[in-house]
Amino acid sequence: MATLETFYEVMRRQGITRRSFLKYCSLTAAALGLGPELVPQIVHAMETKPRTPVLWLHGLECTCCSESFIRSAHPLVKDVVLSMISLDYDDTLMASAGHHAEAILDEVMEKYKGNYILAVEGNPPLNQDGMSCIIGGKPFTDQLRKVAKDAKAIISWGSCASFGCVQAARPNPTRATPVHEVITDKPIIKVPGCPPIAEVMTGVITYMLTFDRIPELDRQGRPKMFYSQRIHDKCYRRPHFDAGQFVESFDDEGARKGYCLYKVGCKGPTTYNACSTVRWNEGTSFPIQSGHGCIGCSEDGFWDKGSWYARQSDILQFGIEANADQIGTTAAIGVGSIIAAHAAVSALKRAQHKGDV
Amino acid sequence: MAPLDDAKPVATPEEEGTAAPAAGRFLKAIYVYEVPVRVWHWVNALAITVLSVTGYLIANPLPSQPGEASANFLMGYIRFVHFAAAYIFAIGFIGRLYWALVGNHHAKQLFRFPFWDRHWWGELFLEARWYLFLERKPKLYVGHNPLAQFSMFWAIAVGSVFMIVTGFALYSEGAGQGSWQDRLFGWVIPLFGQSMDVHTWHHLGMWAILLFVIVHVYAAVREDIMSRQSIISTMISGVRTFKDAEAPADEAHEQPAKKVARAG
Repeated sequence: MATLETFYEVMRRQGITRRSFLKYCSLTAAALGLGPELVPQIVHAMETKPRTPVLWLHGLECTCCSESFIRSAHPLVKDVVLSMISLDYDDTLMASAGHHAEAILDEVMEKYKGNYILAVEGNPPLNQDGMSCIIGGKPFTDQLRKVAKDAKAIISWGSCASFGCVQAARPNPTRATPVHEVITDKPIIKVPGCPPIAEVMTGVITYMLTFDRIPELDRQGRPKMFYSQRIHDKCYRRPHFDAGQFVESFDDEGARKGYCLYKVGCKGPTTYNACSTVRWNEGTSFPIQSGHGCIGCSEDGFWDKGSWYARQSDILQFGIEANADQIGTTAAIGVGSIIAAHAAVSALKRAQHKGDV
Repeated sequence: MAPLDDAKPVATPEEEGTAAPAAGRFLKAIYVYEVPVRVWHWVNALAITVLSVTGYLIANPLPSQPGEASANFLMGYIRFVHFAAAYIFAIGFIGRLYWALVGNHHAKQLFRFPFWDRHWWGELFLEARWYLFLERKPKLYVGHNPLAQFSMFWAIAVGSVFMIVTGFALYSEGAGQGSWQDRLFGWVIPLFGQSMDVHTWHHLGMWAILLFVIVHVYAAVREDIMSRQSIISTMISGVRTFKDAEAPADEAHEQPAKKVARAG
């Protein structure tokens, strides 16, 4: 492998003028929510830093993260893949396959020991000796541990890598396990979502490469710049929520008027993501805008917090499926009946003993 | 009559004989609940009522309001009332905690759970047997009986802390990262899993406290009618009155000198 060029060199080689390059740096700064004083820093970084190798592994997943990633508009994924990072291994996107592909993995790991970024899409299943996910004839768990050992940092793409997602939903037969529970000695950046928003993915990568550090993370390890607020906090239907105007059922008058989807189970108030600001497909729309409530796909264990069409989670205990209010009402009626019976017996006893007790 | 000062029986042992005529009965009044305890009790009762109603309506909103969104703020008002009542509930609880430190020993009872006290457990089961109609007579208490103390400790002392912590954690989501609510209580959300789980537990907490309230109100009314001591009026006036001659089971705490006098 040739020595890595800097971002700037690659861009110039592709015929990009310096003027366009500077524009690009300004746009990137704006996309990351950075002030203009940081643009020279980005320019400097791109002129001097060699491209960082990124190894992108695929475990138990559906490739929706990759599908999302390649649709990034700001910055265009073309720029990210061809100019900014050196995506040396991604078995879905790369041209080579089989032994050639695996050879590149080993080569990069050796040459850039401790300096490459590992991006993980999907997660390792631990049951059945990890045999539920085989990459190149070996369990994915082995590959993950091997590549993670000398990585600088790990990006957990999507809800699978971050929290487990559908394959980890009850009863999780393969014991699909999020990356941070398998790799515990590396900085891990969780970028949850099923899939994550394209611009969030490229934004996180851009930030890490530009500033050579991981973005500021919240308590759950998610980049604050994209996951610090709930969908609800920036939802354009929020005024209807505060006004008490709700869609009571799909296709009713409220739905036609674009009322709040809270009553039909929207998880916006409990979901941290950037959908209501960044939106999807070049800012075209997002679930709530299309009339369906948020299902909370970037939250831990969202598959088991059903129903997607009710605001209160079902509680599964002793084979009973009910929400907190149903359980509470039943208990209150039960206690109320016991009290009524108790009062009746008390009155009888009192009559019997003629007020003695 | 002697003045109602700090937890002293109004009738002294010497007077008992005169106060109790031929029937062997006497009336005795003991000052139990100090002003801050009583004020807190009723403010807290009101706060719990408001919090439960508004909390239920936040999870199960009222039917949609007609008209422009700009002309309505129903959900906003309901949430505002919930948060305002929550602050009163939380600040009141802190005040009550303070009074447990400086008030009389009855003020401490709510926060005590004498797990290692065999005698206490024995009396708790005795009280339970009385409620199951297995005992003819309950013991008399100046303060709370062990069964009441047990349920109050779990539902109100522990229950309030649980509701305040989960409540402020949920509130911190709106207050935003970096707010004091977030810095103090934000860690609760990942502890439970995610925000939906905290919502569910906060709901179950409400129902647990409501179940306590149902039993509490019933027991208080029933005791007032059937037992030999005052209950409801005590939480208004602060004074516990007894209707017959037996000594309360926890009377020793009231005036150590009295026990000696009786023994002699």
